[in-house]
Amino acid sequence: MTAPAGQDLDLPQIEQFLYREARYADEHDYDAWEALWTDDAIYWVPAGGDLTEPGGQMSVIYDNRSRIATRLNQLRTGRRHAQSPPSSLRRVISNVEVLGDTGGDTVVGANFVLAESRERGVETWAGRVTYRLRLVDGELRLAGKQVLLVNREQALPTLAFLI
Amino acid sequence: MTDLLPDMARPEPADPPGTPTAGPDYSRLVKPDRVHGSLYTDPRIFADELTRIWYRTWVYVGHVSEIRQPGDYVRKSIGLQDVIMTRAADGGVHLLLNRCAHRANLVCEADRGNSKSFRCPYHGWTYRNTGELIGFPFNQGYGGKGTIEGELSLASVPRIDSHQGFVFASMAADGPGLAEHLGEAAGELDRLARLSPDGEVELTAGWLKHRTRANWKLLAENETDGYHPQFVHGSIFSVTQSPIGALYSDKSTAVTRNLGNGHSENDLRPEFRRIAEPMRWFGTTQARVPGYVRRMREAYGEAAEQILVEGAPHVMVFPNLFLAEIQVFVIQPVSAGECVQHSTAVQLKGAPELNRRMVSQSVGSVGPAGMLLADDTEMYERNQRGVAMLRPEWLDLRRGLGRERLDDRGLKVGTATDETGMRGFWARYLTLMGAA
Repeated sequence: MTAPAGQDLDLPQIEQFLYREARYADEHDYDAWEALWTDDAIYWVPAGGDLTEPGGQMSVIYDNRSRIATRLNQLRTGRRHAQSPPSSLRRVISNVEVLGDTGGDTVVGANFVLAESRERGVETWAGRVTYRLRLVDGELRLAGKQVLLVNREQALPTLAFLI
Repeated sequence: MTDLLPDMARPEPADPPGTPTAGPDYSRLVKPDRVHGSLYTDPRIFADELTRIWYRTWVYVGHVSEIRQPGDYVRKSIGLQDVIMTRAADGGVHLLLNRCAHRANLVCEADRGNSKSFRCPYHGWTYRNTGELIGFPFNQGYGGKGTIEGELSLASVPRIDSHQGFVFASMAADGPGLAEHLGEAAGELDRLARLSPDGEVELTAGWLKHRTRANWKLLAENETDGYHPQFVHGSIFSVTQSPIGALYSDKSTAVTRNLGNGHSENDLRPEFRRIAEPMRWFGTTQARVPGYVRRMREAYGEAAEQILVEGAPHVMVFPNLFLAEIQVFVIQPVSAGECVQHSTAVQLKGAPELNRRMVSQSVGSVGPAGMLLADDTEMYERNQRGVAMLRPEWLDLRRGLGRERLDDRGLKVGTATDETGMRGFWARYLTLMGAA
């Protein structure tokens, strides 16, 4: 299966990229994870409510490339208490589908389940991820990642790792 | 317990089994310079707090801007009570307990919406958004229409009042009015509203809800604790080269003030007055928000200069509303060991230039993933595990006790890092808990 237009990507290539991104996040490999993003990237975890106007509404995370760097730099200090020690994480990505393309990027949807263990206990996170993928100099890069948590309407525990 | 602590005059959190519930003697648990650990862990104390604080004194519920139009409603809470805040056809604001008068089902499941009435899903009883029963299916079972309506309705919260659009409620039919409860804190709500060229705050950016496995009082105390920022938030201050840390240092001219009635503030104005640059409080310059600055000068004339330099209040309003400069927080207690923090960006009517920036800064800072608040919350949750340890029994509150002074309003003032605000919180707590 190939992307409908624009980029010539096949599904295994896309899946391998998504699994790699997930592994970097699970293993707190901040440098490798950061290198996946394009300069115009948006990393977005909406809160409950309206998804149409993120700039005017509270989100759990709404990071442009510069704020992604700030978030990672805070983690790199080792004094980000909510991730010191880091959560132990493993996630499963499934139901990967190419959904179409937008502005030359390939839009891919997937579901995920993630177990997070901290001294506080084990949290299970789950939801829908929509990725925007772009070929840059022959390498797949991440231009957007939206994570719709299944429980986004409820009170969420601290989410200080990379989701 | 006593065998573990044979030689210490442990206060008496525990009654012998079967004793009628006199409950703890709170004057033995709350001292001027320390408080007992059981206050954060004992479920009976939490039950007392519901009765003596949450269902008695004035509690912040919601903001009028959340229900602009007739029929608008939002679900809120008072202690453990699920409350619907509605806007009636005549524009009045009502607070209704979310409990059908028939079989106690929830009549409202949505978090927000617009409706003239609420229809219970269980047997179809229908209530006007002011609480009156207007329909009960197969009504011959009750003798037809015009029978039970006067007797059965949604319960209204006994007292409701507002200041600057902030709606407060009391579950007690009688007691001091809102103005008396707010006291000096009322002026801080005014100060926040004055940052709008139209003089109005709006809380319309939506809410983050942060589940916190800690006692609600740890949050209330921390909101005006000027001692922790350099340590808890050092990571983000260093990464962003933030000047905020310096506001909470030994050299800062900012002060911590006990505003009375349990309210307290970190008054940052001395620092901003010393720097004397408009918009510094917002981390920007007037050149970057020219439209806002112009509108403020048109609206307030010469007074605008002071407003633009001094910025927003950092004030904890007892027991659950925190004006966090460009955010508003609401603390919702759940149990002795759990609460929910609600947070949103302040929106200032007539200030579109500022509003999107306030959302953006707030999203970065607060909520479950916030670069500030996730670390505060980590501290609350570790504190909650800490207070389960039996020794030392007390949490210490003495910081700055020896250097407090009275200001020209007669209010107690400490330095930027003193525990003056916490001591004010606990004095109010003891008054309410002790005078049952």
